[in-house]
Amino acid sequence: MRIPCPHCGERGFQEFAYYGDAGPKRPAHGGDTGEDVWFDYVYLRDNPAGPHEELWYHAAGCRTWLVVTRNTLTHEVAGARPARDVALERSAAP
Amino acid sequence: MNVAGRIVAREANGRSSAATLPTQPFRLAAGGLVDRSRTLAFTFDGKRYAGHPGDTLAAALLANGVRLVGRSFKYHRPRGILSAGVEEPNALAELRSGARREPNTRMTTAELYDGLQAASQNRFPSLAFDLRAVNSLLSPLLVTGFYYKTFMWPSSFWEKVYEPLIRRAAGLGRAATGADPDHYEKSTTFCDLLVIGAGPAGLAAALAAGRSGARVIVCEEDFLLGGRALADRRRVEGRPAASWVTEAEAELESLPEVRIFRRTAVFGAYDGGTYAALERVADHLPVPPAHQPRQRLWRIVAQRAVLAAGAIERPLVFGGNDRPGVMLAGAVRSYLNRFGVAPGSRAAVFSNNDDAVRTVADLAAAGVPVSAYIDPRPQIPAAVRQVAERAGARVLTGAVVQRAVGWEKLLYVRVANDTGQEFVVNCDLLAISGGWSPTVHLTSHAGGRPQWREDIAAFVPGTPPPGMTVIGAAAGDLALADGLAAGARAGAQAARDCGFSVADAPVPFADAESTVIAPLWRVRNATGKAFVDFQNDVTATDIRIAEQEGFRSVEHLKRYTTLGMATDQGKTANINGLALMAEYTARSIAETGTTRFRPPTTSVAIAAFAGQHRGREFRPTRLPPTHAWAQELGADFVETGEWLRAQQFSRPGEPDWLATVSREVNAVRNGVGFCDVSTLGKIDIQGADAAEFLDRVYANLFSTLPVGRARYGLMLREDGLVMDDGTTSRLGETHYAMTTTTANAARVLQHLALCREWLWPSLDVQIVPVTEQWAQLSIAGPKARAVLQAIVDPAFDLSNQAFPFMAAGAGTVCGGVAARLFRISFSGELAYELAVPARFGDALARRLMQVGNDFGITPYGTEALGVMRIEKGHPAGPELNGQTTAGDIGLGRLLSKKKDFIGRAMAARPGLTDPNRPTLVGLRPLDRAARLRAGAHFLPRDAAATAANDQGHMTSVAFSPTLGHWIGLGLLARGPQRLGEVVRAHDPVRDGDVLVEVTSPVFVDPQGVRLHV
Repeated sequence: MRIPCPHCGERGFQEFAYYGDAGPKRPAHGGDTGEDVWFDYVYLRDNPAGPHEELWYHAAGCRTWLVVTRNTLTHEVAGARPARDVALERSAAP
Repeated sequence: MNVAGRIVAREANGRSSAATLPTQPFRLAAGGLVDRSRTLAFTFDGKRYAGHPGDTLAAALLANGVRLVGRSFKYHRPRGILSAGVEEPNALAELRSGARREPNTRMTTAELYDGLQAASQNRFPSLAFDLRAVNSLLSPLLVTGFYYKTFMWPSSFWEKVYEPLIRRAAGLGRAATGADPDHYEKSTTFCDLLVIGAGPAGLAAALAAGRSGARVIVCEEDFLLGGRALADRRRVEGRPAASWVTEAEAELESLPEVRIFRRTAVFGAYDGGTYAALERVADHLPVPPAHQPRQRLWRIVAQRAVLAAGAIERPLVFGGNDRPGVMLAGAVRSYLNRFGVAPGSRAAVFSNNDDAVRTVADLAAAGVPVSAYIDPRPQIPAAVRQVAERAGARVLTGAVVQRAVGWEKLLYVRVANDTGQEFVVNCDLLAISGGWSPTVHLTSHAGGRPQWREDIAAFVPGTPPPGMTVIGAAAGDLALADGLAAGARAGAQAARDCGFSVADAPVPFADAESTVIAPLWRVRNATGKAFVDFQNDVTATDIRIAEQEGFRSVEHLKRYTTLGMATDQGKTANINGLALMAEYTARSIAETGTTRFRPPTTSVAIAAFAGQHRGREFRPTRLPPTHAWAQELGADFVETGEWLRAQQFSRPGEPDWLATVSREVNAVRNGVGFCDVSTLGKIDIQGADAAEFLDRVYANLFSTLPVGRARYGLMLREDGLVMDDGTTSRLGETHYAMTTTTANAARVLQHLALCREWLWPSLDVQIVPVTEQWAQLSIAGPKARAVLQAIVDPAFDLSNQAFPFMAAGAGTVCGGVAARLFRISFSGELAYELAVPARFGDALARRLMQVGNDFGITPYGTEALGVMRIEKGHPAGPELNGQTTAGDIGLGRLLSKKKDFIGRAMAARPGLTDPNRPTLVGLRPLDRAARLRAGAHFLPRDAAATAANDQGHMTSVAFSPTLGHWIGLGLLARGPQRLGEVVRAHDPVRDGDVLVEVTSPVFVDPQGVRLHV
């Protein structure tokens, strides 16, 4: 599998560390979030068949976290963006 | 004189005729692509033979009239050479000797070199006389599933009797026992188009793409390009096919962006256009040339791939079809035309298709008489009949070979036709062809399912991996002209896909041919054993038994009968096997389906996958800045993760490591010592929100830390368990220096990056790992200040008032070397950690030895470091084991109630705050002479050693020279409430059962007085 790192170019997946689903949103820092919401955030993950946005860390490259869109059925990688950009966009969205 | 020369001399002595080379009685007078001007000598089972450059071992053996080359796996039947390529199931040899001995080498691909040593396998005591051939008589007992059936009972017999017996009787060659003296390497490369297979179709594709300027890699498993064009007497563009190959090769060589990888098998197709290939760099030489690897594992990343891997001919299934002398028809043509070798002296050809009649013609052209052409089809095309008759062969249609008769060599075949007539055909060579199976393996590595095509009786590729086009025989287009045209098209298209413009060029043309086939999956009324899988001795009867016993799915069939599970992975066997299963279960072949092909398509040595990562190079070794100095002092080293750290600095006369470590501990407790702690992770954290960031990632507060101070910090994971600990210092309002444990340095950095980039991207904070930028030495002991005073520059005030415990600051040492100084202590003594740029680490150690000489300064290693931290009850790796909470290791008070932090919410779960959880305590043996063992489990004093009574375990132990006895740290249920209680430390593994007293984990200086002096 090849991942197009926005900083380093296309690289083999062996250079990256996999973290998991980029979907779950962490409960707000300092908030009064219930235990069940935390449990869901920390432990529960969907297992979709098809395109999936997930976090990968370019450990042997630029050491940046990326959001990679990968098809879990075919391993086709549709794209990769810096996680920070995605996070800022999401926090700006209503 | 070379080896060949010596043989000549010897034979000359023995024979009295002067100066004759060892004869190769079956070498044709002319023809072939071998270099007849040179003779190579080799041995097989100790006997000397001669061959030529360009021969495979199989070709050379055939040239010398050697037909019996091995014994079969189960029945030890005599076996000969079946094929001329990678699909060979029978002709396996041990090549070379000593540590280079390699079992299961296919003689049909092993390139001959001068001095080659080969030995047959699977025979005892000799190839010609194999005592275990008696297995054939026991064959009723050894049918399918015999492992499962015979060895069920009693179970103890398996280990003691059956397994050793089977291993001795059914081994496939012997692996070398010494370490492999050669080296192997791995390499990655990129191209626009990868062409897999350099037969006519592949060459046409490579030319079409290469001419456009595209970067093309051509991988060919063989040592010559050309594929079947070398084996068949065909014409391309009006020239002999082999000449066309030579010209194509020369043109490809002239194109600067085209690379040709010979002796390179592509064995795996992976995601993203990534292919794995094995280049046999030096397998064709006695030993690899200097600085060359034996083999090289390639990772090839290609935008497009053209699979032109050709097809593999299938045997026919009839009685005795494994006799030496029964050979695939295409292989016979290879030996005749490519190697100039006659594989027999009188032949017959048995085929169900129009292709194999070429073998009749080629045999006749080479002067080998052909007794008969035997074809099960009642009607055969006139052209086929004509070719056979012109060659002088008797044509038998509607006829099958029922049995090949002979033992170590073929004597004759019994033929029966559809009118009930029976014939005996004398021959020592029977060329057989059951049709051709496209080499589809690589197309299914990404999940593609091969599709059955009834019209050509073959599986063709299903959906190939993205970017791959399959052409020629691999796609089921067996005719040469079709392959050339498809190659030219596919190569041009691939180049266009990669953005190159392709000029129109004429498609290479070839003569037309017929590839018509009428399937014949087995000969009915065959007598004797009819083999489907030669290498694993699976017969048609075995498949019938599997069906009768319910193992009907191809995957079950494979596991139950071992069909297709040997080193050849059933390349000649699988299709016949599943066609028989289809027949027995009255299903179509399409319904029966194939097993999934997985990488590798051909056997690859583990050494090639390991590459350079062997022994000490298995992973990188990181050396702390003082490594060379420690080595000079004769330190013992220990691996801690990737790091190699000084474990202890033994001195002459010290009886054992314990004496050394105890001396080092005593030196620190009573004088001064120093230790390289550079391996601890160091992370520089800066930015306006640095303090806020640390408050979020640490469980305790860091925003309140004054500039110039250090603080112990505890980090939790999101699930509330402890992730890591360390000290972090505030060097400025917006600048912190964090340390992590050695083991977790990379993990913590990754975690901080996730927090910064993903969780809280709006925080203004930057993090940079600086572990390798700083050499950091811990200088510890009552005399530490005095030693340090001698090297810090005058501006540094080291007094207790100016630089108290947990102070941190920057300055210079040794006359202007930038330094950071931290008054932190792992040992419990007055201690400093002094950091200088890494390049000064070695010099700093030497300077400390100099200036500390008068104080008796003692370098200490990780062992003494560990002893002192246990004496002080500091948790480390064994306690921060990923299962412990802050409370478990006695640090619950650090969980701040004033702020939120990672892991706060989850750490409050009832299971993690249960007061009965095992919690950190100290332990000492009641009998002070007793030794403690880490890993021992705690039991109530008089309780039985059962899991139900388990109350925790001993995490760390050490002999404390300060106290004069063993001490331990452990996690004990409700430990802190049980101080003074006596429990059992039970260690069934090492037979230990010691009564221990529960104590505070801090054994030395519990008030911490020494830290503050």
